[in-house]
Amino acid sequence: MASNTDFLLAVENLTVSFDGFKAVDDLSFYVDENEIRVIIGPNGAGKTTVLDLICGRTRATGGSIRFHNREITALKEHEIVRAGIGRKFQNPSIYEDLTVFENLEISYPRGRTVLGSLAFKRDAEVRDRVQQVAETIFLAPQLATRAEYLSHGQKQWLEIGMLLIQDPELLMLDEPVAGMSVAERKKTAELLHQIIRDRSVIVIEHDMKFVEDIAHKVTVLHQGKILSEGPMAQVKADPKVIEVYLGH
Amino acid sequence: MLGYSFGELGSIFAMQAFAGLILFSVFVLMALGLAIIFGQMGVINMAHGEFMILGAYMTYLCSHLFSAYLPGLYSIYFFVAMIVAFIASGALGLLVEWGLIRHLYRRPLDTLLATWGLSLFLQQAYRSTFGAREVGVELPNWMMGSTNLSDTIQIPINGIFVMVLTLLITLAVYLLIYRSRWGCQVRAVVQNRTMAGAVGINTEKVDRYTFGIGCGIAGIAGSAFTMIGSTGPTAGQLYIVDTFLVVVFGGAQSLLGTIASAFTISQAQSTMEFFLSGSMAKVLALLAVVGILMLRPQGLFVLKVRR
Amino acid sequence: MTGTAFLNRKDLIGLLLLGLLIVVVLPLAFDIFRLNLIGKYLTYAFVALGLVLCWGDAGILSLGQGVFFGLGGYCMAMFLKLEASSPEATKIQSTPGIPDFMDWNQITALPLFWRPFHSLTFTLVAIIAVPVLVTFIIGLAMFKRRVGGVYFAIITQAIAAILTILIVGQQGFTGGINGITDLRTLKGWDIRTDHAKYVLYFINASLLLGSIVLCQYVRHTKLGRILVAMREREDRVRFSGYDVANFKIFVFCFAAALAAVGGAMFTLQVGFMSPSFVGIVPSVELVIYCAVGGRLSLLGAVYGTLLVNAAKTMFSEDFPQLWLFAMGALFIGVVLAFPDGLAGIYQSYVEPHVERLLALLPGRSGPGMAAAAPASRPE
Repeated sequence: MASNTDFLLAVENLTVSFDGFKAVDDLSFYVDENEIRVIIGPNGAGKTTVLDLICGRTRATGGSIRFHNREITALKEHEIVRAGIGRKFQNPSIYEDLTVFENLEISYPRGRTVLGSLAFKRDAEVRDRVQQVAETIFLAPQLATRAEYLSHGQKQWLEIGMLLIQDPELLMLDEPVAGMSVAERKKTAELLHQIIRDRSVIVIEHDMKFVEDIAHKVTVLHQGKILSEGPMAQVKADPKVIEVYLGH
Repeated sequence: MLGYSFGELGSIFAMQAFAGLILFSVFVLMALGLAIIFGQMGVINMAHGEFMILGAYMTYLCSHLFSAYLPGLYSIYFFVAMIVAFIASGALGLLVEWGLIRHLYRRPLDTLLATWGLSLFLQQAYRSTFGAREVGVELPNWMMGSTNLSDTIQIPINGIFVMVLTLLITLAVYLLIYRSRWGCQVRAVVQNRTMAGAVGINTEKVDRYTFGIGCGIAGIAGSAFTMIGSTGPTAGQLYIVDTFLVVVFGGAQSLLGTIASAFTISQAQSTMEFFLSGSMAKVLALLAVVGILMLRPQGLFVLKVRR
Repeated sequence: MTGTAFLNRKDLIGLLLLGLLIVVVLPLAFDIFRLNLIGKYLTYAFVALGLVLCWGDAGILSLGQGVFFGLGGYCMAMFLKLEASSPEATKIQSTPGIPDFMDWNQITALPLFWRPFHSLTFTLVAIIAVPVLVTFIIGLAMFKRRVGGVYFAIITQAIAAILTILIVGQQGFTGGINGITDLRTLKGWDIRTDHAKYVLYFINASLLLGSIVLCQYVRHTKLGRILVAMREREDRVRFSGYDVANFKIFVFCFAAALAAVGGAMFTLQVGFMSPSFVGIVPSVELVIYCAVGGRLSLLGAVYGTLLVNAAKTMFSEDFPQLWLFAMGALFIGVVLAFPDGLAGIYQSYVEPHVERLLALLPGRSGPGMAAAAPASRPE
């Protein structure tokens, strides 16, 4: 069934059903290295579920997901992360009781075992990397601030920074600009442009202008199935897409 | 097997099974209230046993009042006592929800500690009011005695009564939760509090009455409890862990699961009791439940849902 | 973010004040009877320290800490009991050389699991190893399957119930409801004398102070911050590449090991161990000590344990019937009004004044200020 591919991520015949309801139904798609893929679709199309399946939060009922030709459907969440897949949630998911520095430090990919974390030293390398990421996400002045005092937009950036410090090969972002002010949105777009270089990215987004701006390829989901796939211009012209999604 | 004849073994099993059914009844009545409060509201009520004991004390008081002032009606005092028990425990439940629980809905572990404190408080209150000695109630004549199913199998009448009572209350709870408008509101609040509020359900009121009814059912459980055990200030505490295991084992959201798990646990315990000492039977039953919960933490009857 | 020292100046002062209190002030102020009682309370503080990490930091509420306290205590008691049951000392029994309660229960040979407890080395290892093994198995089964929160609390409570029923039911092997009593000597050294009680008190106090330092160290490492992160956003920690279950198992085992040390010291100082320290009620009480002191503060937990127990002793001597009312009210009050306990009250109301004073008088602080100096989160 599963074929050898050169793709970074190969999703084939992926299916998940909750109590008989198929949230994702026999889905196949492929993501290239350094490709930016945007998934769009109406609410309930199964977009977030696809990300959940890839990062191991939800277990697939059938099908395969391969990363670098390695089957990852049976791996645990942390193993998938260590393989090089990072995931941002829809609502900012950060540690509010810790400082920005500590938030980033925890995400730094070293000392991830129990003993490793006991022996972990906050050395110059760690500090430099945290500083560097903090500058990228516009939070360098807030390093010592407790994360709960950040604005909504800053929290989103912090979470992106926490992914960035892991330097994942595949980055998955779930509505990264949702709930942001116009100014924040612009800054975030700038940030995303910067961080999506040199890696593959899967983004879920509703903002069509933003999608057009960044996407190499767009996948349109509808009721757990692929409705259309291709470059933005092609997808936009697809009558099926216009009917179920872009039309309204 | 251990030198019993086949027929004897059959009778032993039948009688142990019946003894298990009475335990089952008390478990179910206790667990029903708890399942409503825990399953529907997510609140851990460690004082549930004390609400039950309040019902038991109310029954004890009723039996005394009837024998002193209305001896002619003594044969029906139990039905009055059940209603009094429901009202007393339910009213206390409303009060506790208002004063304590509603401040802690977002902190389930803290509810656990606060209601534990409440249980200590109530225990001492019972001890100060009714004394430290255990009290028992006199059963009306018609509930005494037993019927003989066969030469070797005897079944006490009060046991049958408790079981019928359990069935009726279970049915009533089922209708209340799944068939009444109020139950529909409770389930709506459980699934999506904000939305339920937005469509005009008074969620605070629903919470309060849900808690009150759960406690009231514990009170009825207390009435039934007086028939099979004696009532003391700390008698409720002995049952609380078992009851929680029943609820968790059955899958907290499922009424049917609660009943099935109460049945399994009580029967396992009662059957083993004949062959082992009582304490070892209990240890084994609890260990089995804990072991199974480790293998299947979501309980026996939980549907796979989308997170 | 100051340097590498895991005890900053404030922590150090707090620790020194506590040390001063339990090593100097209390032994001078009380006779050996009272001091022994305080020593007993301090053994509970070991459990409270473990709960600060396990419950306060990581958010895992175990209602079965009495189990681990008890296991540590029983291991110690088994060794001491065997030493007290030499064939010479028990020659009036029908089977000399076995503990008296076994003889009363018509047991004629020492059960297999008792035999290794002839060795002190084995016993000392077992005090830590047995509870850690038990927690490891429970933790592995529960945390790997993502059982947490109230379910975990209920199951630990059930385990406490199971162990109590087992100990009480198997009195031939365990001494039953009375526990293991009449303990006399440790390698020939009589632990019942006043002198021995003094020595044990100081050993206990040093172990406790050492444990605080150890806990503070653990909290200061990245592991400590991961525990807090886990309490808040378990999923995020998981998606940062950590196996969350392993960290939970670690902190649960760590707390159990501390509790077991406390249990062993309890047996040595009090001279017996019984199921009344194992079950549901004592286990929940241990949680309240920690909650009263402040679930996020190591020093607070110690002060909380001391205060609640001192209050309990005073109440039960003078108004026993009021004690449960007071205890119930304490539970409710702490949870409703002061979720951060004494340490929280200290931090919000007292600390600002202390800092003003410290600024006026550099390097000075009155010993009277030995209130719950909080071990704040590592910064």
